[in-house]
Amino acid sequence: MNRKIADRIATITFVGLSMIIVAILLYLFAYIIMNGFSKISWDFLTSPSSNILAGSGIRDQLFNSFYILILTLIISVPLGVLGGIYMAQYAKPGKLTNFIRSCIEMLSSLPSIVIGMFGLLVFVNTTGWGYTIFGGALTIAIFNIPVMVRTCEDAIRSVPRELKEASLALGITQWHTVKTVLLPSAFPGILTGVILSAGRIFGEAAALLYTAGLSTPRLDYTNWNPFADNSPLNIFRPAETLAVHIWSINTQGLIPDVTEKAAGASAVLVISVLIFNLLARWIGSMYYKKMTATK
Amino acid sequence: MTITITDTNQSVSNPTEDQRVVDKEYILHVENLNIYYGENWAVHNVQMEIEKNAVTALIGPSGCGKSTFLRSINRMNDIIPNARAEGEILYDGINILRDDIDVVALRKEIGMVFQKPNPFPKSIYENLTHALKFAGIRNKGKLDQIVEESLRKAALWDEVKDRLHQSALALSGGQQQRLCIARTIALKPSVLLLDEPSSALDPISNAKIEELILQLKKDYSIIIVTHNMHQASRVSDKTAFFLNGDLVEYDRTSKIFTKPSEKKTEQYISGQFG
Repeated sequence: MNRKIADRIATITFVGLSMIIVAILLYLFAYIIMNGFSKISWDFLTSPSSNILAGSGIRDQLFNSFYILILTLIISVPLGVLGGIYMAQYAKPGKLTNFIRSCIEMLSSLPSIVIGMFGLLVFVNTTGWGYTIFGGALTIAIFNIPVMVRTCEDAIRSVPRELKEASLALGITQWHTVKTVLLPSAFPGILTGVILSAGRIFGEAAALLYTAGLSTPRLDYTNWNPFADNSPLNIFRPAETLAVHIWSINTQGLIPDVTEKAAGASAVLVISVLIFNLLARWIGSMYYKKMTATK
Repeated sequence: MTITITDTNQSVSNPTEDQRVVDKEYILHVENLNIYYGENWAVHNVQMEIEKNAVTALIGPSGCGKSTFLRSINRMNDIIPNARAEGEILYDGINILRDDIDVVALRKEIGMVFQKPNPFPKSIYENLTHALKFAGIRNKGKLDQIVEESLRKAALWDEVKDRLHQSALALSGGQQQRLCIARTIALKPSVLLLDEPSSALDPISNAKIEELILQLKKDYSIIIVTHNMHQASRVSDKTAFFLNGDLVEYDRTSKIFTKPSEKKTEQYISGQFG
């Protein structure tokens, strides 16, 4: 009798807790999107921002966010995947591996403002680049690489041991097994990790304040020369991202419609992250179906 | 330095070469084999000879060291940290436990099928070609031919010939296990190690696997670990009984199951423990 009651209480508690999480999430989404969605228009997305005039947009900030995101992923995904393969398959259990693992965990849990200050010292001052997209991307990569290593390690470890044994027992080398059996099986997990961390990068502000800067030069989207000062593709130009923009107009904005702009920008940010998450699930399951040849 | 043992087939399969062997030829000679997992002494001083083109069954209660012994024959224990083997397992005169053995080449010669069917999450065709392609066979016609030949040998061809490019995961457990056998024999090994190959299967699939084993022994030397006494008595020519890491008795299967020399063996096969 008591056990039955305990069982019931446990069930109710767990269901209740997950309902609370869902409720908070739904409330946040609803609040942000209801406040911001009406402010989003084609004009808002495609016109440049202004520090003083009303009716400005977020064109450059939106572009900068995606650009920094892509650069960061180009830097951190290959390194993260290789690190994950090492940790999951090659690292021998022992003191050294434990030490590496603690370093990875520590690095991924450092406050991003601290990493931002480090980026300011190294990628802004020491290199003499000033505020740049590239410096920002490198800074974010510092805490994204450990996250990627961890995600890839977990994804590779979750591939059944039987599959690895099957491949090795067929006279296939460890590296070829990693490439052709473990990585394809771990791919959906790795992809989910990449896209989820993309959401985090997209919304990162603190680490970019002092590395990519709070301003964007006047950009000419017809100029595709990556070395030109006014080219959006130039990685050595300052770039204010969407998340930084939300912070900056809220704290020091002089535009009269600051509330609307902040709400609109927040909604764009949240919707983008939401799209990333859905994309992660969709591509992951598509790939899995294709790989396993199941219909 | 690495020793390649891919070309040893001819010498082993040529019966005129060694006339001293009177009754049967042996494919493996195990000498003073000891296997440890860290401090744990799992296999004690095993000494046995494995007959060529015969089925050798390894029986014994769980944890007696029979699977450990089996896995040491194609060095699958290498991937277990802390596992080490001492002594000799001679395959064609070469001690395969040596550090400088090319393990990858060895595993093509000595194939293994596991307890749980473990097809790759790929198509049936790709399951077979995965290792062949790695071994350097790229010709489509040649691959097709080996795929068909191996599936026929594994008695699976008729069931899957129309859906070679569908997922192997859609097959039943018994079919998956026969696919794993086909995948292994596609590499033309000379020894097949079967680690409880049908313990996860239903009785009908089990019967099919046993039938297959009896057919395969024409071409392969088979070592099978099994918990099923009936299976051991049905398929094997010789049986080895392991207990607590010791090889207690090793003899012709008919003798082991009718009048074993050791008391322990008799107790085990009559179900008094284990």
